[in-house]
This record gives sequence, C-alpha cells and structure tokens, in this order.
Amino acid sequence: MTPEARPLLVIACGAIARELVRIKRANGWVHMDLQCLPPQLHNRPEQISAAVERVIEGAGNRYRKIFVAYGDCGSGGALDTVLKKHGIERLPGAHCYEFLAGSEAFRQLAAEEPGSFYLTDFLVAHFERLVIGGLGLDLHPELLPQYFRNYRRVVYLAQTESRELQARAREHAAFLGLDYEYRYCADQPLTARLSQLAEGLRP
Amino acid sequence: MSEEFNGEDIILAELPDEELVAQMHDDLYDGMADEIAEATRILLGRGWSASRVLEEALLAGMNIVGVDFRDGVLFVPEVLMSANAMKAGMSILKPILADTGARPVGIMVVGTVKGDIHDIGKNLVGMMMEGAGFEVIDLGINVEAASYIEAMEKHQANILGMSALLTTTMPYMKVVIDAMKERGIRNDCIVMVGGAPLNDEFGKAIGADVYCRDAATAVEAAKQFMARSA
Repeated sequence: MTPEARPLLVIACGAIARELVRIKRANGWVHMDLQCLPPQLHNRPEQISAAVERVIEGAGNRYRKIFVAYGDCGSGGALDTVLKKHGIERLPGAHCYEFLAGSEAFRQLAAEEPGSFYLTDFLVAHFERLVIGGLGLDLHPELLPQYFRNYRRVVYLAQTESRELQARAREHAAFLGLDYEYRYCADQPLTARLSQLAEGLRP
Repeated sequence: MSEEFNGEDIILAELPDEELVAQMHDDLYDGMADEIAEATRILLGRGWSASRVLEEALLAGMNIVGVDFRDGVLFVPEVLMSANAMKAGMSILKPILADTGARPVGIMVVGTVKGDIHDIGKNLVGMMMEGAGFEVIDLGINVEAASYIEAMEKHQANILGMSALLTTTMPYMKVVIDAMKERGIRNDCIVMVGGAPLNDEFGKAIGADVYCRDAATAVEAAKQFMARSA
C-alpha cells in the first residue's frame, strides 16, 4: 500500500450507482471513492466476478480498503471465490433486491409470493432496455408468456418516493400482466451496511 | 411455403433430403416454427420414420443451438425461439412415436425446487429428454421434497432432475437429496441438478450425481447412466 493510499474504494453495480452517490453525499463520505460496473451485467451474472476482479487488480495498492457493493447477483458463488482470494467483503444477500429491501423484509416478500418480479428505481427507469430488451421481448414479444407465466405480481422496491416512477412501475406491471405492489424501502438498509464500513475509515 | 435466402426463395418441398435437413438446422437456429413443422411433414411424407426425423433433423439441430448457447453466441431469447420451433416439429412426431409402442429409454422426474418459479431451463431439459426417448414426468414449479419422492416412487423413475434459478432456492436441492436418503431411495436413481447459479462444485457439495450446465449435458448424462445400468 502506498503512503498516500485513499481510505476506501467501493466497487458497485451501476444499477445502484445513484443510491450510492446519494448516500455518500448525505453522509459526507468524501474519503469513499466509487467505481461502478455496467448495469447490463445484471443480465449476464456469469461475467460479474471477472469484471469485479479486473477493477480490484486495477486498483493495485491505491486503497486501504476495498468493498464490493454487489450481492451474489446470480454469479453462483463465483464472486465470493474471487473476493475470498483478495480478502474483500461484499454486501450481504443474494442480490440487490435483498440488500435494497433488507434481508428480513425480502425473505418475507419471497415467502409470501415466490412469483414476485422485483423492480427497483433503476429497473423502473430503465425497464425498456434492461427488462424488455434484456429478455429479447422487443424482438420477440411472443415470448412474454414463457418468461412471466409463473409470476403473479410486480413488487416495486422503491428507493425514492417518486410519483413518476410509481406510475411507470404500474405501467410495467400492466405490460407484464401482473398485479402491482409498492414498497418504499428508502436507502436505509444499504446505508446501514455502508455506515459500518465508511465511518470506521473516516480520516 | 417459401423462405428467402440471399434474395432467392427457398421452396422447402423442392429441396433434396440432405439439403432439407440442413435447412431445418438453420430454421431451428433461427426459431422458425412454421418452417420446421412444414419440413417435418415433408420428410414424413417422403417415408422418413418419425425417429429419424427427430434425431437427424430436430435433435441434431438443437445440439447446434445448445453448443452456441454454451459458448455465448446465442442467448436465452434465441434459444427459446429455437425450442418453440422444435416443439412445433415434436408435436407432429409425438403421436407417431407413441403409436410405435417403443418403451422409453428411461423415466425422469423433473421439477423446479420449492420457492422457485423459473421453468425455462427445466422445460428445455424436459423437451430434449423426451426427444431422446425418455418419459418425462414434469412436476412443474415450486416443488416440495415430498412431491419429488412421491413421483419417483410412483413412476419408478431412473432419474431425478432438479432446477433452480435463484441462489436462495438452490440449497433446497440438498433438502430433497437428504429426504431421499432418509427414505432409502437415494441409490435408486441418479440425481441431476441444473440452473444458472449452479456449478459442478455445488452439485458435488449437495451430493448430486451430475451438474448439468445445459440441456444437452443432461441428455448425455442420462443416456450414459441408462447405458451403464442396462
């Protein structure tokens, strides 16, 4: 580690970049640097671990601590294998829905209806690109029933209280032919974990 | 029916067998269900047996799709379109194959585990297994251990296939395997597991026999098992 090493680098999924910037500003964590990876990896989880490792190795010894703001995110343990090798921690849980909602709240949602399709602020805003385009429904709309026939509801796990996003989320649910449910989560579950980390490294 | 290739119409019925089969491989790859159904009828009309059409045209074509999916050339939407095209051909062949009275190569019970509702991969495996001559008992989604065991005993299954897409639901596969051990039926069949977040290491850790990264691997593993146990 170099003497002028920065205190903290958070490597994050681009799908939660806005939330992380907001939390960083609100808490005055100027000692925390943020590097985000393309949110499209949400649809290509097998590529996450290699992408994260490239950033870790690129950071070299310029940071006292590196933290990864991903869940397992469908990598099937591959991300954890990489992080163990480098001695780096990540957010707890299987995916962003879990750490944005909070683990207990998410477990309850999944248990009460396994057929829940989750949206976040980011996914509501980029639904056309990441969900419709990501699943190829723009080219093959006839595949919609194959993808969604077992789902019963859309649950919008909101990070902000936005009437516009709520209206769009409701439209997305209607497009998918699913019931709609709104849960306002704010940034609290994510802030709680990052606080433990960032406050301890405050210069 | 005609298709366009480099600005020229292709009349399927005018193609000789070899070219028609090659065209079917292309049409499967491109997910063209109507063309696959037509070509299937043409080959049957030319005296091909249903099993030959299935093996040389449909399964061989889907194997190409499977390889390109594995290698990241094709993605889920394209594979679904291909599978739908294969289904169009299978729906014509199935009644004919059933009439032959041939015994199934083996019996597979398959389902997506409790808490999980994702069935695209599971359905693809079921279709490819049926195509390879297995009887497939599909329990659907959100399947509890007791339901797997009841079906395995009822149908005297040779193979259990479990699928999961979620990191949170894949551990339930071990619950099922442990329940099989308790019931004393673990060694009566092979257990195959699959799903996007799984890997070989996970399969071994929970005591499964085979981790299948795709439908083609599942079919190959099932065939090998049946050959060994014959």
